[in-house]
Order: sequence, then C-alpha cells, then structure tokens
Amino acid sequence: MTSRLITTDVLVIGGGLAGERCAMKAAAADQEAMILSLVPPRRSHSCAAQGGMQASLGNCVKAEGDSPEVHFQDTVRGSDWGADQEVANIFAEEAPIAVRELAHFGVPWTRLRGGKNKYFIKGESVEIEEPLENDGLITHRDFGGTAKWRACYAAAGTGHAALYAVDSEVVRLGITVRDRVEAISLIHDGSRCYGVVARCLRTGRFFTVLSKATVIATGGYGRIYGSYTTNATINYGTGAALALATGVVPLGNMEAVQFHPTALSPSGILITEGCRGDGGYLLDKNLHRFMVDAEPEKQELASRDVVSRHMMQCIQDGNGVDSPNGRHLWLDIRHLGEKHLTTKLLEVFDICRDFAGINPVYDLIPVRPTQHYSMGGVRVNKDGEAYGLSGLYAVGEAACWDMHGFNRLGGNSLAETLVAGRVVGARVAEYAAGATLQASTGLAFAALKAEEQRAETLLKREGSSRSVYEIRDALGEIMIGKVGIFRNGADLSSAVTELKKLISECDKVVLRQKGPGANPELAFALRLPGMLRLALTVAMGALARTESRGAHFRRDYPLRNDKEWLSRTLARWPAGASEPTLSYERVGLLDLPPGHRGYGSDERIAMETSVDDYNEGVLASQAGEGRLDSVEAMGSQLRRYSGGAL
Amino acid sequence: MTDSNARRLRFEIFRYNPEDPASKPHIDTFEIDERPYMTLYMALSEIRETQDPGLQFDFACRSAICGSCGMMVNGRPALGCRTLTADLPEEIHLHPLPAFKLIGDLSVDTGTWFRAMAERTESWIHEQLPFDPDATEERMSDDIAAAIYEGDRCIECGCCVASCGVANLNPEFLAAAGLNRVARFMMDPRDGRTDADWFEVVAGPEGVFACIGMMACADVCPKELPLLDVYAYLRRHTLGTKLVND
Repeated sequence: MTSRLITTDVLVIGGGLAGERCAMKAAAADQEAMILSLVPPRRSHSCAAQGGMQASLGNCVKAEGDSPEVHFQDTVRGSDWGADQEVANIFAEEAPIAVRELAHFGVPWTRLRGGKNKYFIKGESVEIEEPLENDGLITHRDFGGTAKWRACYAAAGTGHAALYAVDSEVVRLGITVRDRVEAISLIHDGSRCYGVVARCLRTGRFFTVLSKATVIATGGYGRIYGSYTTNATINYGTGAALALATGVVPLGNMEAVQFHPTALSPSGILITEGCRGDGGYLLDKNLHRFMVDAEPEKQELASRDVVSRHMMQCIQDGNGVDSPNGRHLWLDIRHLGEKHLTTKLLEVFDICRDFAGINPVYDLIPVRPTQHYSMGGVRVNKDGEAYGLSGLYAVGEAACWDMHGFNRLGGNSLAETLVAGRVVGARVAEYAAGATLQASTGLAFAALKAEEQRAETLLKREGSSRSVYEIRDALGEIMIGKVGIFRNGADLSSAVTELKKLISECDKVVLRQKGPGANPELAFALRLPGMLRLALTVAMGALARTESRGAHFRRDYPLRNDKEWLSRTLARWPAGASEPTLSYERVGLLDLPPGHRGYGSDERIAMETSVDDYNEGVLASQAGEGRLDSVEAMGSQLRRYSGGAL
Repeated sequence: MTDSNARRLRFEIFRYNPEDPASKPHIDTFEIDERPYMTLYMALSEIRETQDPGLQFDFACRSAICGSCGMMVNGRPALGCRTLTADLPEEIHLHPLPAFKLIGDLSVDTGTWFRAMAERTESWIHEQLPFDPDATEERMSDDIAAAIYEGDRCIECGCCVASCGVANLNPEFLAAAGLNRVARFMMDPRDGRTDADWFEVVAGPEGVFACIGMMACADVCPKELPLLDVYAYLRRHTLGTKLVND
C-alpha cells in the first residue's frame, strides 16, 4: 500500500534527460531527490532524439571557427528573435561542457577519424582531409540553421545513448525513481509550491509528495495534435497543464509549435534531420529538389519552420506525391550508401524497414511535416524558477526558459535538457538547501481530497457521451486542421470556438470502465481536461498574435513585426474562468539586434525603438508579469551587459 | 479505410487485474477489422478505445526505440508497436512477458527488473578521474566508440529475458540484457574496472556460464544485438582472467 503522504527535498516530475540531470544536481548537493515518471525513465521521450546534440566543440574541418558566440547567434536567429538572449548565451557557453560531461558518463560519441573523409554537402560528394591531430575527438554533423557543423552524435541514437548514460548516474547516486506515477495537481497556496498530488498508474491510488522544491520536467504537449505528431504517446503536456491549473503560473509562447519537416508518412515517426545534415535531399513528385530553388543558400538545411513551410507549400501547389494516406514528399538518402545508412543512420534504416517496409538504400522515404516540438511551456526565469510561484521550477521542453523563442534549431533541445538540467538543477539544490519543508498537511490533504473527488465524480457519472478517446481525436483534428503550419484568423477563431465546446463536452464525459486499479480510461479522463486547456491557450495565443514569427505563421499577417510583437505571450488560466487570459512581456535583453535570419523571408516590420530603449524596459516588463528575482541580476550572463552595465 | 477484403482479426488476450479482488486470470476474445499497415499498437488501441476501456498494455514511443511494449505474440516475445498484423494469422494470441512481475493484462514491470540489474552490475562508468569541465574530452578511437554504441543499443524491452529458459527458472540470472550491459562496460576504456573485478559478476552462478546455450535471446532481440558475440566475449575474458590468476 502506497503511503498517502511522502516527503522529499527535491521532487522532479518527469524522468527524461532534463529531469534526471536536474535530480542529479540536487543529489550531488546532498538534497534528497525523488523522480516521478509515467514510465521507467529510460523509456522517456528523450530516448527518441536521434541525430544530435549541438555544442560548439569545433573539432572537424567544417566546424572550424565555431564558438559559443556563433552558436548563440545561430540560436537567436533560429528563434526568429523570440528567445531570451541571456538564456541562449548561458546555453551556448555551457553546451560544450554538457557534451563532454556526457562523454564522461559513458556516451559513445561518434569520433573524428583523421585523414580523408567523404561527405555529402549541398548535393555534392566532397572529400575532406580531417587533421590527424584531431583524431579521436568528438566529431560533428551538419544540421539545419547553423553556420558550422556542430551536432555531436552517437549514430542516430543520440538521445537513447545520452538517456542511458544519465540514468546510469541516477542509479549510481541512488536517486529514488517512482515509475508509473502521474502527477495530477500541484499543491500550493498561491505564492509557494509545496509538492504534488499524484496517482499511481499500477494501483490507481492517489497520494501526495511534499517537497521543498518541485521541478516540472514533463516534456512537450505534442499529443494535443492527436496522432499528427512525432511525439511519444505519453507527451500530454502534463507539467504545463499542472502549472496552468494553478491560476498563477503563466505559460509562455504556447502558440510556438514546431513541425518537423521529415516525419515518416503516415505514421508520424521521426526521421532525423541528420539525414539532411549528412546530405539527404527533399524531392517533390517529379523528383525535383525544390528546396534548392526555395532556399539557394541553405537548401535542405534551413531552419525547421522554414523547411516545413516550403514543403507544405510544395504540397499545396500540387507537387506532393499522392497516396491513400494523403500527400507526402520524398526524402532521398540513397546516395549516402549502405554503409552510412547502416551505421551513422542505423535507426533511420530500422524505422524505414519496420514501419514503412522500405529499404532506404534503394527506396525513397515518404515524409511529411508533423508536429514535433513545443517551444512554449511553463514560463521561468533564467534560474528555471516559475513566474508567480516560488519553489516551483521547470526545465527542458516543459519549460519556456526561453532559448528557442519561436523556432528551435535541431539538436538544441537535447543540448538544452543537459545544460538546463545542470544550470537549473544547481539553483534548485541551492533553493532546497536554504528552505525548510513547510507544507501544511491540511493543504496537502485538501488537494488530495479534491483529486480523489474528481476521480469519483468521473466514475459515478451515469449516462452516455462520446468517449474520452473520441474527444481526444476531435481535439487532434481541430489542432492539425486549424492551428497547424499555415494559420489564419478565421480558422483560429473557429478553432477557439470548437475547443471551448470540447471543453464543455469533456466536463460531462461518461466513463465506461468503473472497475478498481489502474483504469487506463480514468487515467486518460483525468489528463484530458488539461490537454484541452493547453490547446485553447495555443489557439488563443495564435489568434491574438497578428504577425508571423518562427513556427507561428499567419497567412493574413505574413511578416515578422518587431515593431509590435517583439514580445512573449503569457497565458494564465484564472480559477473558475472559461478561458485563459493573455498578456505580454518583452522577450529579454537584446544583444544581437533583430535582423535577417539568413534563410526564409527577409521582409519584416522593423522595431521603432532603439535596442537600448527596449532593453531598459525589460526588467520592469517581466517583473510586472510575475518573474521572480534570479540569484544573479538579469543580464549578468549576456556578453554585452556582463559587468553590470544595467 | 475499410476494405471489403479486409481480414477480420480475432485477438485472444490474457486478462488479469491484480488490483481487483474479483478478477481471475482468463482469456478474452476481441474481433476487429484489419487495416493497411496495422500494428499491434493500433489494434490494441482500437480494442481499448472501442471495446474494453479497462484493457491494460504499455506503449510510449510507438517506434521501436523505447522498449515499453514487449509482449508474447503467438507465443513469441516481440515489440507490439512494430509487429504488423499483416505478418500474423487471423487469430492472434497475446500474453504478458513472463519472468517479469505482472501489473495487469499485458503490462509487466520491466522497470524494476532493469533497475535492479543496473544496481547489481553497477552499470555506470567507474571512472578513473573526476570530470574536469575545463578539459577537452579524452580521445577515443571511432571503432571503439562504435563497438560500445553497439552494446548500448539495447532498449531494455525484456524480450530476451522473457525468451530465456534460464531466466524463467532463476530470477537472479542476468540474462542477455544484463550480460550485454556488462560487456558494454567491460569494453569501455573509460571504465576502470578490470576483468578481475568483473569476475564475480560474470563467472558467478548468475553470470554467463549459467546460460545453457539455447540463444532464443538472439532470435527474439528486436534490435538484433550480436548476443552470440557478447557471450563469447564474456566467456573469453572471464576464462582469460581465470587462467592468468591461476
């Protein structure tokens, strides 16, 4: 029998890379850490990251001259200037350390072979003499939107290798992991977080965990797009939904949703960007490389938002390949050769064989842009502490930290999980060391009772309704149909209306399975309202943002508008309200002034204020939205402002 | 999507909910229409969503990389997500993996087994020096990195454990997944443990010599890990240690 009330110093919700690395930092600082996870940690979605982890080691010829500064600039450009540049800088500086630390934990990074190496670059086979003195260092492959080859990789199983290495360290440190547990609500009093109410997915029992610090590390919310996502079936956006339900913690930039250019059609399984990084082509129905016309400079390796839009346009222009499951395009990696495909892209080879019945050595791969990554999430300061609720942190894809802005570069998320795990984990440990466990058991039991009551109400409700799964499917259709790659005001308005209807319908949903135990239908019914609410914040944020930036593209407002929209959307859901309220803050201190990304459209509406004037208002703008003070002053880790110029 | 020529699939699924005192182990039958490219993930989801919402099973990545969905498919351990119904007869028997604790229906507790294995074999790098964040990474030949990666590809689905005659009789046996993990760390130059340090783990009663050589593990491994080579490697190193010590 599970205890109804357990305590720990640091509670981490989510056993993926970001959560585990964070827990390790806490454990290393002698804080008792506990991880709650829907699945055994090694099954977390981090294991699905394939092609690489960005870090500017600069070890191969095509990476020469790389540095954290170049990585920083690529990241900000990739974000379409939506990122918090100080966070992007912290990230770029720390990423090389994080990669080398993973080597120390055992990740078998692919290493440089000195001497002649054959690569495919922009459609041509190229031979490059790698310096013998770099032999055995961690090597890089090319990815989209980067000035240098920067992605460190272990074949096409980089996330798997990283997750196994990090989880090995979690085991070594003796960190308690409770798998098959789902966090259901946060325990808080409106200003401080005290832990969670959780449900055991083995027994169906509810219990509470009280903690000094609580960390949300639950990954993205891709499954609000139904099956139109590369995400695992467990990426419900749990953490973001928990934070939204507090009524005080805002979610940032929920409308910033990434579509990956190359998901296998129709299953939606990810085919790594490493395929294009290693020289793969995108072809239309006439086997024409349309990306060369669309983006002469970067070709297939523009940023994901840009490539996905060109692909959808190509399909809409009638150049997609017809199939019984809808139109798709082709990914061609045949010219890379069997040896390359069965070593450096082995996982791609396996996926093509297992899920499409094809051999990419001889066959073209049917691909289509598909929801992939959630740039939005729990809004936190640079220490990872949530706006509005002390003692609550968020890290990784669940967070809006916010180094990705409106578009994440490939390979930057894997790097973020480790860097943010280290940076935020250290802050969490400091916070916990200075805090006492001060939750009132009354508050905890009231929260527990409320969730048990919610489950009981669901189980007792009689009558008939659409099933939770039918509502989920309806949600997915609305999101892919009206809140997808190309958006417009009319579709978004209609999505908002339909989502509100679905929320009302979900309030009255009737379950068919009333029995004791795990009850998977009840588990889904408990999480579905959170998913619907996240979807509404995405749709309303997208409707309100009358510009195009990164992955958020409005046909009716096709230009990036730095004059009016150099801002981050914040969404809160006040208690009892029927929809979220939106507000805006400045994106953060600007170091690299807004400009052309180097790919995509160069047209935009320029900002009218000076960068200095913009920067002067950042602190007040963010503090007004509930940003808690970071340990170090804002700007301390930005190149231009370090030294305390603000 | 319905096709008049589509097969009608008949699923015979093991059922038992240990949380329900009224539940007794039994087999339930479900029928659904087959669809093109249908996997067991799709089929089981359809059964749960339209026929029996209490049916328990595990899927996460649905792309054969997370290892959640090992199950017995017509008597043979396999990943449900990548098993196409088209490759199966019309009558499909599904059971939970043996050798693991049952959670309910097709869901088993592989997480606890693998954590215990990791703790027993101390499957983490026993490094010689602490991490220096300012230092360039230690060099490694790409061939060694590739060999370690090959051992690292195990997804801990448990199919090998379930298929193993020894593991089903002796819960302490490390089985292919455990021994593959040991070999992966043995060959890693970053790990300071010597063959002599490994001797107790590998040569003990739960180690490589407990294997009776049926090698069903190698037949069922969804990642096609070279388990025969792994066992040979372990035996060679262990015997080498023994001979040197004698």
